[in-house]
Amino acid sequence: MIRFILGKLLYLVPTFIGITIIAFGFVRVLPGDPVLLMAGERGVSAERHAELAAQFGFDKPIWQQYLDFMGRLLQGDLGNSLVTKKPVLTEFLALFPATVELGLVAIIIATVIGVPVGVIAAIKRGSWFDQFSMTAALVGFSMPIFWWGLLLIILFSGILQWTPVSGRISLLYFFPQVTGFMLIDSLISGQKGAFTSALSHLILPSIVLATIPLAVIARQTRSAMLEVMGEDYVRTARAKGLPPSRVVGVHALRNAMIPVITTIGLQIGVLMAGAILTETIFSWPGIGKWMIDSISRRDYPVVQSGLLLIAGLVMMVNLIVDLTYGLINPRIRHK
Amino acid sequence: MKILTRSLIAASALAMVSAVPALAKTFVYCSEASPEGFDPAPYTAGGTFDASAHPIFNRLVQFKKGTTEVVPGLAESWEVSADGLEYTFKLRQGVKWHSNEKFTPSRDFNADDVIFSFDRQGNTGNPWNQYIAGITYEYYNSMEMPSLIKEVVKVDDHTVKFVLTRPEAPFLANIAMPFASIVSKEYADTLEAAGTKEDFNNLPIGTGPFKFVAYQKDAVIRYAKNADYWGEAPKIDDLIFAITPDAAVRLQKLKAGECHLMPYPAPADLEAIRADSTLKLDEQPGLNVAYLAYNTTVAPFDNPKVRKALNMAINKDAIIDAVFQGAGQAAKNPIPPTMWSYNDAVQDDAYDPEAAKAALEAEGVKDLSMKVWAMPVQRPYMPNARRTAELMQEDFAKIGVKVEIVSYEWGEYLKKSTEVGRDGAVILGWTGDNGDPDNFMGVLLSCAATGEGGANRAQWCNEDFSALLSKAKQTTDVAERTKLYEEAQMIFKDQAPWATIAHSTQFVPMSAKVSGFTMSPLGDFTFESVDIAE
Amino acid sequence: MSEQVVKLSDAAIRRRMLADFWFYFSQNRGAVAGLVVFILLVLIAVFAAVLAPHDPTAQYRDALLVPPVWQEGGRAEFLLGTDAVGRDMLSRLIYGAQYSLFIGIVVVSIALVGGIVVGLLAGFFGGWVDSVIMRVMDVILAFPSLLLALVLVAILGPGLTNAMIAIAIVYQPHFARLTRAAVMGEKAREYVTAARVAGAGNLRLMFRTILPNCLAPLIVQATLSFSSAVLDSAALGFLGMGAQPPASEWGTMLAEAREFILRAWWVVTFPGLAILISVLAINLMGDGLRDALDPKLKRS
Repeated sequence: MIRFILGKLLYLVPTFIGITIIAFGFVRVLPGDPVLLMAGERGVSAERHAELAAQFGFDKPIWQQYLDFMGRLLQGDLGNSLVTKKPVLTEFLALFPATVELGLVAIIIATVIGVPVGVIAAIKRGSWFDQFSMTAALVGFSMPIFWWGLLLIILFSGILQWTPVSGRISLLYFFPQVTGFMLIDSLISGQKGAFTSALSHLILPSIVLATIPLAVIARQTRSAMLEVMGEDYVRTARAKGLPPSRVVGVHALRNAMIPVITTIGLQIGVLMAGAILTETIFSWPGIGKWMIDSISRRDYPVVQSGLLLIAGLVMMVNLIVDLTYGLINPRIRHK
Repeated sequence: MKILTRSLIAASALAMVSAVPALAKTFVYCSEASPEGFDPAPYTAGGTFDASAHPIFNRLVQFKKGTTEVVPGLAESWEVSADGLEYTFKLRQGVKWHSNEKFTPSRDFNADDVIFSFDRQGNTGNPWNQYIAGITYEYYNSMEMPSLIKEVVKVDDHTVKFVLTRPEAPFLANIAMPFASIVSKEYADTLEAAGTKEDFNNLPIGTGPFKFVAYQKDAVIRYAKNADYWGEAPKIDDLIFAITPDAAVRLQKLKAGECHLMPYPAPADLEAIRADSTLKLDEQPGLNVAYLAYNTTVAPFDNPKVRKALNMAINKDAIIDAVFQGAGQAAKNPIPPTMWSYNDAVQDDAYDPEAAKAALEAEGVKDLSMKVWAMPVQRPYMPNARRTAELMQEDFAKIGVKVEIVSYEWGEYLKKSTEVGRDGAVILGWTGDNGDPDNFMGVLLSCAATGEGGANRAQWCNEDFSALLSKAKQTTDVAERTKLYEEAQMIFKDQAPWATIAHSTQFVPMSAKVSGFTMSPLGDFTFESVDIAE
Repeated sequence: MSEQVVKLSDAAIRRRMLADFWFYFSQNRGAVAGLVVFILLVLIAVFAAVLAPHDPTAQYRDALLVPPVWQEGGRAEFLLGTDAVGRDMLSRLIYGAQYSLFIGIVVVSIALVGGIVVGLLAGFFGGWVDSVIMRVMDVILAFPSLLLALVLVAILGPGLTNAMIAIAIVYQPHFARLTRAAVMGEKAREYVTAARVAGAGNLRLMFRTILPNCLAPLIVQATLSFSSAVLDSAALGFLGMGAQPPASEWGTMLAEAREFILRAWWVVTFPGLAILISVLAINLMGDGLRDALDPKLKRS
């Protein structure tokens, strides 16, 4: 088992180096110049420009800048933002909990609804429930979520005024951030109504973000269930006269869960992409919006380190999914 | 971060009193952008200054509320020597610094603080010049302070003398700008001893009407009233900035009562705001100009008559209707009408496609095709450059001029538009920094600003015009300066290096309960005098 | 003589396969509905010039933000209303279909061709070629696709062409992986060995012998990518990085419409609806294709 894990880790090393090259390289060929953006309409003289470029280290050859970047990276230094001048890691950590909270709630919604729907649809294959839920899933899967978010805002915040427009919690509540997760912090604070407020702020964005994963999970669960129920051991179990609930619950479901868990794990990439759009629409102070803003401001250190952190994160989750998969299914391990 | 949160708990004990109604007044401002940091000197964004320089800090001299007139701030009075080279400031006494968890001031504001505030920006040898790696002082540099200030001398604890290298009329207006905010030397020393210099930027200490309480990145900033403020104490107890980048969302929050005031409404929403009885709308012409700069070094645009002909073909009223949604006025001068020395006697090139066509023919220009550059971003002076360019394209088509619209990424656009041999006319604009006419004409149209990297995007160098400007810059008498600038505007219109497009109107929607808010011509948002009715 | 016989039966098999395919495909009602909508979309795109009542870029300055015809203040000449500069929504939506189909076709073509070539190379040659290529694909896949596309567009400059290139690059690894897996599976089969023994060169082996036998999963992936391309390019347009105004690309229209969200629901609603309907139609087709092509999922 340890060899299996080590092998997986070793396999990731070249990928990670590739990621650093891409993150660094892409950002350096971005047209546009942060020095000029800072100067704005005023423009900047050639001498001052050279001075500033030297200060940021842009005057060195690219390969040397890359080596410097890697050197600092190994020491855990991701550089400072050109705009705020603060360490990228500090900024990342300040915003990351907001994205994780949103993503986690979204994935929980998607799983809690998606898996049962998929299972029922598979059991009652061809029923109106199956047809309706799978049509709905396909609509969800085809949804331009940036538009979906706008529609929900118009309806629930604009016309009905049920939900707040943006932000993470009402400004009336002010308490220290312990975990960075507003739902948990609001409970810890013990302030009356804080949790409800945090929840009501979270509901629309998480629904929007959950839409596509929910559709994918429901579809995947259904087809995994169908496949498993066609397998010999399920037929055998059924033939042995075991009650249907036991057949489904014990034999079919457990085996069908393997690909479903993989699917859920793989949704993290989808979630990150969705977070960019969702956070933009709902002014959610998270990583996605931070990346978009930084790209448009040509904040090199933030874009490259942000890309790196996000890709690293996706990689880690994929690894965990891989390992879990290996644990559940020993056949994979020995391949 | 940990330490920060702990100090928040302490502060929140006070701030949370706001949950008890009628005891504490909380004012919420739906701000548009996150502050880059809380030290005003290294940054350039207006949103940063609204969150740092204005609530937390003061300057030696300040702009009088609602005007660009310079009035005493931390300096009670000042004297200028006859040769215009020495400015002596008498400092206000008994001004208290804020305090926080880590810092309790042992003394009031004095001359050392003033010297420190300027020295750290101009002197690379000052240990606080680079207190954050990679920090730069862009405003200090672009206002030419390094070459202008010879030295800052402490005459006594409450008197400071600035010695300049040349007479410079806009100097007072320059040091009223946010970058010249006065910071505490004692706080800097305390932090240096504690080894946490970066807190200078994260947990600011100032003398202003509000004390900093807490900042949660991209979400909310909290301030509390400074009870010891030297000026008139604020009427509200707590000030909150709810950071909301999207204009539609800001308006939603304002309507829902989640905030009391917001900046930059979308032009499309103005009508609805006016119709809403729970809201009110303040408006004021902005200190800005949007223009189309021809490249005056490239034929046929090197001919003023061709430029004038093109100017006549542009239907500015249509642009103001469709792009500004009426929230602007047609521009005829390079400076806005709210600025002193605006020359109202100047005659604009009236919209007349027939005459324009004839004028082009008279100059022998046929089958002209040109590029119009449209900037990719929205700016306070230009809500939608692309739409403006499309309208111009149609206008020019009517006089037989073919237009191709081009655009680049914003940084690239700023750079390429300064290239000397640039092909095409550029849509761009300017927002004033300090209300001095030189801050428009000198920066954008003088000979010194031509060439690559300069802000004179028409590459227009007119000796007479530039001579008037430098003369005005060295004259302290405002009446005389006014005359010089008025004359310069005549030359500008006659030579037409730009098609002046519009001055946008600034709107501030707020709850009907808000009173005491004054719009700043400089576009600042300040809250020390606001109040809310219960 | 003997060659003649082989060819004939080849054609017969192909006809048989097509009939089979159509049988399974047409059994799926959703797929057929998707196909119908898709064909309609193609027709709308092709005959946009005939169908659209107005020029999509013409600005009627006396008709800014006119609501749809059934709402108070609507005008008969603008069935679905007008936008902020007085352009007819219906005409813009009709022309928008051209963009979406064009984007889908270009993106899928680039990604498919690139992916097939790369995947064939990796699968066929194996060894270090395979390792290097697959590592590069892993790296691309490690980034969330929209984020990577955003950075790529920022590098190349905002615009339709660049958005298409960026999306194609991001999708390409999926095709490469599929091709490689299929090639690895087929490589060892007898018919390949037979062809090699008969003296077929590498190129011929790759493209004529192996590739046709790996097409089914690629076709399914291509349909999926088509719909994702429409979605992602709209998302880029929405973020201001895709097609640039005044192009009537649906995502770009949405981005321009955002400021009117509370005032003019029609400028926000219709472009999004158009995106949803076309993506849904393509996905329905894709489901049908998969069911018909993938023997594993065929009705038991």
